[in-house]
Amino acid sequence: MSYIEMKGISYKYPVGDGKVLKDVNLSLEKGKVYALIGANGSGKTTICNLIRGFIPHFFKGDLDGEMLIEGKDIREWEMGDLAQKMGYIFQNPFTQISGTKDTVFEEIAFGLENLRVEVPVIKERVTEIIKLFGLEPLQNKDPQQLSGGQRQRVSLASVMVMDPEILIIDEPTSQLDPQATEEVFKIINIMKQKGKTIILVEHKIELIAEYADWVILVEDGKVVMEGKTKDILSDIKTVNHGVMLPQYALLGYEMRKTGRLNEIPITESEAITVFNNWIVGKEE
Amino acid sequence: MAFLTLNNITFAYPNGFTAVENVNMSFEKGEAVAIVGQNGAGKTTTVKLINGLLKPTEGDVVIDGWNTKDYTTAQISRKVGYVFQNPDDQIFNSTVYKEIEFGPKQQGLSPEVVKDLVLKAAELVGVTKFLEENPYDLPYSLRKMVTIAAVIAMNTDVIILDEPTAGQDYPTMIRLGEIIKHLIQQGKTVITITHDMEFVVNNFEHVIVMANKRKIADGNKRDIFWDLETLEKSMLKQPHISGLSNSLKFGNQVLTIEEMVEELKDAKKSGHVQKDNYGVVV
Repeated sequence: MSYIEMKGISYKYPVGDGKVLKDVNLSLEKGKVYALIGANGSGKTTICNLIRGFIPHFFKGDLDGEMLIEGKDIREWEMGDLAQKMGYIFQNPFTQISGTKDTVFEEIAFGLENLRVEVPVIKERVTEIIKLFGLEPLQNKDPQQLSGGQRQRVSLASVMVMDPEILIIDEPTSQLDPQATEEVFKIINIMKQKGKTIILVEHKIELIAEYADWVILVEDGKVVMEGKTKDILSDIKTVNHGVMLPQYALLGYEMRKTGRLNEIPITESEAITVFNNWIVGKEE
Repeated sequence: MAFLTLNNITFAYPNGFTAVENVNMSFEKGEAVAIVGQNGAGKTTTVKLINGLLKPTEGDVVIDGWNTKDYTTAQISRKVGYVFQNPDDQIFNSTVYKEIEFGPKQQGLSPEVVKDLVLKAAELVGVTKFLEENPYDLPYSLRKMVTIAAVIAMNTDVIILDEPTAGQDYPTMIRLGEIIKHLIQQGKTVITITHDMEFVVNNFEHVIVMANKRKIADGNKRDIFWDLETLEKSMLKQPHISGLSNSLKFGNQVLTIEEMVEELKDAKKSGHVQKDNYGVVV
């Protein structure tokens, strides 16, 4: 049994014309990082909404096919149970911060408070997450005074403190500068080490090459390519579906025009190895 | 003298917070310039000083002979168009068409000219098929394109794009590059704030780096992206290919894939790796 499974999923929103998902079949395992990639409007966010049960529980529309979480159909799941199982991080960190708390510490505690968890337990868990994410310098600050990158890290912490099994992260870095982006990905990596199943929507392809285990390429509501990150991001066919390959892979393809190159690198460390070997004649 | 100059600009918000300090910049007509730097470095405040949304506390902004201190923001808006970082700060009309039409309509142009400007701008950014839709029914990335069209339709000499690349997919990045090229060909000055270094390499020559309220570097992209000290100070990274070239200890300040191919071929000829005793994985 798969952890999360979609069988022949098609979906049409209540308003708007046409199906936004067309016969999607996916099977996700526990503890892996899945990257959903594709052009804007291809259906990535709709897939996220389906996994977290917003479709069909909040967005009605026409849903065909089977959407199973731990073998149980999404229609049979209670939203409250799904909400405990999954954390969702918004694209815009300004949307996620509650706006009702005076400090970062209280902000991170907000979700647990709502569940009426006992105060000493809350303190312990919040302190643990702050330490894990390196947020100590921010913990007494006003959440509204934080920069975008700091807010995004606090958003991740306030979701992670709830200890969800699955994290759905929709374009977490689109509003951030390169330094803040790197910090957010370090945190995503910590979540991965903790065994979380992560579903990530992200346009920065070099980051996906670095952090994802599996890539799902969506185009016009269909899954057009799917596989291990290395296999998909080193495959030139990807560029026909509205996604660019990492710079290192593009360089690899250019090098192939001048001679033999066995491996197409997708990360900087791979590129260093591959091209060093090429220079001394070991890649031919 | 340059078409647009910032002379020793300092700006402090009314609460006393200084956002920009002693900044000098100059921009030529028909030039594309990228401004890079961390969030909070003063980039957005600087460009708001250019279009007159803010007036400098000290120093002068002079656009084509106009000192912004002597003109209203409405007057300056005929010379400088600014696309907000967040499209939702800009959009207020009920259809995409009305949103793009608003600016040129205020300029007192004839209805035919306004219509022509709207349709051309919509075509250029690729929102023609959404003209009758409510902008808020469109996704973020398309709303951003609507705001770009709305500013282009005003036909100003200077166009400022504040993080147009944020959250954009690959096809849109290509289109943004084409839009900038088109505007430059029309003699516009295009000033773009972005965090995407590949986008800068592909579409700009002139790059300005800001850090901690100040301009810390200003010059050609090759000099900027190989000034490692400046990049570190501004918490920026080299473009990926330059970074790889640096890791491989190549010289020649590589920026593009084509240049890197040549570097690699030369290295193979000259036995670069062995010579440098760089860690080869066997």
